Amino acid sequence: MTRELWKGNEALAEAAIRAGVDAFFGYPITPQTELLEYMARRMPELGRTFLQAESEIAAINMVYGAACTGVRAMTSSSSPGISLMQEGFSYIAGSEAPCVVVDIMRGGPGLGNIQPGQADYFQITRSAGHGDFHPLVLAPATVQEAVDLAYISFDLAFRYRTLVLLAGDGALGQMMEPVEMPPMRTPDATQPDWALTGAKGRPPRTITSLYLDADELASVNARLQEKLKTIAAAEQRWECFMTDDADLLVVAFGTVARIAKSAVRAARAAGVRAGLFRPISLWPYPAPVLDGLVDQVQGVLVAEMNAGQMLEDVRAIVRGRTPIRFLGRTGGVIPMPDEITNELTHMTRVNHRTNGAGMKRDVE
Amino acid sequence: MNILLEHETPATDLDQMEIVYQRPDALTDLATHYCPGCSHGVIHHLIAEVIDELGIRSHTIGVAPVGCAVFAYKYFNLDSCEAAHGRAPAMATGIKRVLPDHIVFTYQGDGDLASIGGNEILHAALRGERITVIFVNNAVYGMTGGQMAPTTLAGMKTTSSPAGRNPLTQGYPLHLTEMLATMPGVAYAVRRSMHSVAETRKTKKAIRHAFTAQQQGLGLSIVEILAACPTNWHVEPADALDYIRDRMLPEYPVGDFKVSEGLGDRRLGD
Repeated sequence: MTRELWKGNEALAEAAIRAGVDAFFGYPITPQTELLEYMARRMPELGRTFLQAESEIAAINMVYGAACTGVRAMTSSSSPGISLMQEGFSYIAGSEAPCVVVDIMRGGPGLGNIQPGQADYFQITRSAGHGDFHPLVLAPATVQEAVDLAYISFDLAFRYRTLVLLAGDGALGQMMEPVEMPPMRTPDATQPDWALTGAKGRPPRTITSLYLDADELASVNARLQEKLKTIAAAEQRWECFMTDDADLLVVAFGTVARIAKSAVRAARAAGVRAGLFRPISLWPYPAPVLDGLVDQVQGVLVAEMNAGQMLEDVRAIVRGRTPIRFLGRTGGVIPMPDEITNELTHMTRVNHRTNGAGMKRDVE
Repeated sequence: MNILLEHETPATDLDQMEIVYQRPDALTDLATHYCPGCSHGVIHHLIAEVIDELGIRSHTIGVAPVGCAVFAYKYFNLDSCEAAHGRAPAMATGIKRVLPDHIVFTYQGDGDLASIGGNEILHAALRGERITVIFVNNAVYGMTGGQMAPTTLAGMKTTSSPAGRNPLTQGYPLHLTEMLATMPGVAYAVRRSMHSVAETRKTKKAIRHAFTAQQQGLGLSIVEILAACPTNWHVEPADALDYIRDRMLPEYPVGDFKVSEGLGDRRLGD
């Protein structure tokens, strides 16, 4: 296979196409618009469905409708558009329609800006809509990884009848990198036994998220929670980088994680034994692996392009066993490698037990 | 009283009787949850009769709304799904685009379609989606207990316009079907009423035209149906029909606002 130079957004689109996406519905929003534009060109060429919706609300409901027929449906957006889609996410979760959504995160809150951000972490992992559910959230750090995750996203969506959310940021969407594209796949043509295809020669099927009876809705929720437990056990993804002998651990995801890799290398060159723990699945969070690393290190540095969101997950896992420092950048400001390196060298110089740099120690 | 005991009935009589009326295949045998005098049950029946007559049940997919007809999917004996409030035209778009040979219809009330789902119906019509929209207009939000809708008549008292709807501060009644009729993507846009048997028959014919327009791929078809809500209008069921005739019709006249030239099944008349 040859390696080609691909822009992140377009690479995500092509990977979804090669994974067999049947229908794409979307709405323009920076910094993900190239994904929509790519689909607008490519999907009709392949005889597949592309439609520009009137809003993100409509787009996700078109995805919902198409997904109900058992086809591979997806949309893509960026933070403000993801907010609008949350209604649909909840219905999709409640009725277990499999689909894939790409979130190329930007600065917030509100209109924010179009610079890279990671401030949708709470939104996509914790509160993707009303009711009890989590999408399966995958956060690539490189264009290649975005391609690889997009390629398996429909398999995951259909295996669990769940919403799979690919969470990148404006940097990932806009940057160009060498990519090895996977081959074009022909998806399994067999219809799922729940799909709406017309009740020809069989009893009618219904897809709904409405259960007025309390006990019935409780049992639906119990089943959904069981499914989430299965996903949580089976679908944790992560990368450990130079963690074997690490005294200090950086925890970062997506674009910040690749910056942190440079920082870890620089710190090691300066004699600081640093390592990186990078969650690839943000939900389910790969907690057991991080938990296992905590006891070997003298401090954890959480770096994110937000005001401290994944930080809460890390705190819950660390449970006060080691100090946590936090490096957060908001507004679309991307942390530089030397900022992270400086934090690491600072952490080696001070007494970690007394210096949390304003961070509260979690003691349980 | 002349009561025939069962053993006295010759068994052959029933076999020889001609069936002149029965539940359409496209309806389940569930009793509906609708209030006495509500038009929804009859409208469901009309749709089911049309689906049977056109022979399309096995490749028709229905999209239910949020509102009183939220359980419509339980009453139609065909594949169906339940949309979020107002989003049925978007959901139907997604279904129709991937199953273009299927018949897809939405069933929506006036709060669902004309208020929260205004954008979705507008743009489905703009794109000329090959779907059929059954738009049941009873001028109030029924499910939530009779609040003001965009379609509420001027001066009409509802639980959220207790002094009567004041158009100067609460807007005038929305004529959505006439709006949609101006759009080239719309093949069929008419208003009918349920206030009499004759009008109900006309409603059924319009529903048939609407599904036929979809079969012919002419564009979006919509039938607005003026419907009774005795419960939230606080009138007796029989009086509710007069209310449609005397109050609703002057604001919302029945009529054909758009009938595509290409619509083939015109022999049924109006």
